[in-house]
Amino acid sequence: MAAQMSAPEALNTLSAGLVLISAFAMVATRQVQGVVRFFVVQSALLAASCFLLGFAQHSLHLYALGAITIIAKVVAIPWVLKRVLARALYVRREIDQVFNIPSSLLLALLLAIMAVLLVSPLMSMTPDPVIRINLPIGLAGVLIGAFSLMARREAVPQLIGILAMENGAFFAGIAIAAELPLIAELTVAFNVILIAVIVGLVAKNIQERIGTTEAGALTRLREEPMSWR
Amino acid sequence: MRQAIAFNFIQILFVVGFAPLYSGVLSRLKEIVQSKRGASIFQPYRDLWKLFHKDQVISSETTWIFQFTPYLVFIAPAFVAILIPVLTNYPLVFAFMGDMLAGGFFLGLAGFFAALAAVDTGNPYGPMGASRTRMVGFLAEPVFMIVFFTVSFVAQSTIPYIVQQKWIANPASFFSPAHVLLLIAFLMLILAEGGRIPVDNPTGHFELAMIDESKGLEFSGRDAALMKWGGQMKFLVLACIFLNVLLAPWGLAQGRGLLEVLAAIPLVLIKVLLFAVVLVTIETSLAKLRLFRISEFLGAAFIASVTAMIVSIFFAY
Repeated sequence: MAAQMSAPEALNTLSAGLVLISAFAMVATRQVQGVVRFFVVQSALLAASCFLLGFAQHSLHLYALGAITIIAKVVAIPWVLKRVLARALYVRREIDQVFNIPSSLLLALLLAIMAVLLVSPLMSMTPDPVIRINLPIGLAGVLIGAFSLMARREAVPQLIGILAMENGAFFAGIAIAAELPLIAELTVAFNVILIAVIVGLVAKNIQERIGTTEAGALTRLREEPMSWR
Repeated sequence: MRQAIAFNFIQILFVVGFAPLYSGVLSRLKEIVQSKRGASIFQPYRDLWKLFHKDQVISSETTWIFQFTPYLVFIAPAFVAILIPVLTNYPLVFAFMGDMLAGGFFLGLAGFFAALAAVDTGNPYGPMGASRTRMVGFLAEPVFMIVFFTVSFVAQSTIPYIVQQKWIANPASFFSPAHVLLLIAFLMLILAEGGRIPVDNPTGHFELAMIDESKGLEFSGRDAALMKWGGQMKFLVLACIFLNVLLAPWGLAQGRGLLEVLAAIPLVLIKVLLFAVVLVTIETSLAKLRLFRISEFLGAAFIASVTAMIVSIFFAY
């Protein structure tokens, strides 16, 4: 089954492996800052994949996508989060997770295996080596992102979970539908930044009013006169 | 035939001769990064020389295990060196005597006897270190196994020489996600097995925090030298497996001439030196993990190796 690959495509598989690893790393990291850092790494790899595939398929479109990814996810989102969130929140260590690290890693592993199994019937339909690599790993990224959205208790790692899901979908998308209209990608990129700003602001407000952003601890309703400043 | 046996001996001599140098280079690099001057890179040789000329004390409470262990610890890595490609690109005489799993078992046997000898002495720190090493060992074992299964699945063989040819022959599989994940899992394994920093501090002299070192506390004189040398050789052998079989299978001797084999020595040394730089970067940028965090570290290695296996099964290249 040794499909002959060009050099950029071979490098794309390398970056695919690293994307999967950074997805696992986001699950395994305790510190909020570390999670954000691995998200930046994953986004940079995603952009690298865009450039490599753009080079392989002579598609200007993919170059543009890579540039958007770098601007939105590698530069803008970490900057926005750092600006919006209080420092105490940004460097915070999340002690209390739903699962401990080894078991959440094992669950993430199960999700990755599930992604591969789910995709394997589709594999017979295409001989394209890029799709064969990107689709399962993208799907695994989506599932692992959804899992960390569920298993995390802090607001910011949950946000990164959403963004990691988006990254996974994007990674599969650049292989399947390279000619998706640019306007759709631009909208997504804007939305992603907006989500980051809104969640960041909400988290900051919650922290100011309640003193914590542990979503897991916010179980009781409190009556209090609304005081919008 | 006779020539191939000679090459095997050159491989063993390479491992035996350069292992202390490698450990010296590693600690010197580390000291430089920490803005100290550090001892000369030849210091481990001087240490060994000094230990060989010292008197030996053996507790009357110990059994034959205590006296037998240093020789086993010294011989096991040298034995593994004839199974793996240290200098040559093609299988030598003994290459088909055992595969990578056999190499792992030999190193495991030496580790087992070292733990027994530590318990044998009755020194309170010995058994503690031995049980900790066993803990790291049994957490590392599944990773070891799955890495080898994945390799054997990808290359259809567990003989290291054939595995190495597989990566050279097919660059697509070299860049495949399975290979990357495998490399990371194996690197974490080397850090754990070699007692390097996120798992154990090789330069630590605080007995309560020791994992690997405390097993050798009771040895003196020649036995201590052999234990030390054996540990350095084990680390060099692991580095050779990682570099020559998995990460960078280039720069080894292709032809059958003696000169070519000798010319491979500096190339392999350069590769190993580059690896030392990477190791020093890892060691100085991380802190030692708490004992019960080691399971998380090796758990992550396990996840990486299992993912590599799954990916390689479903996307055979």
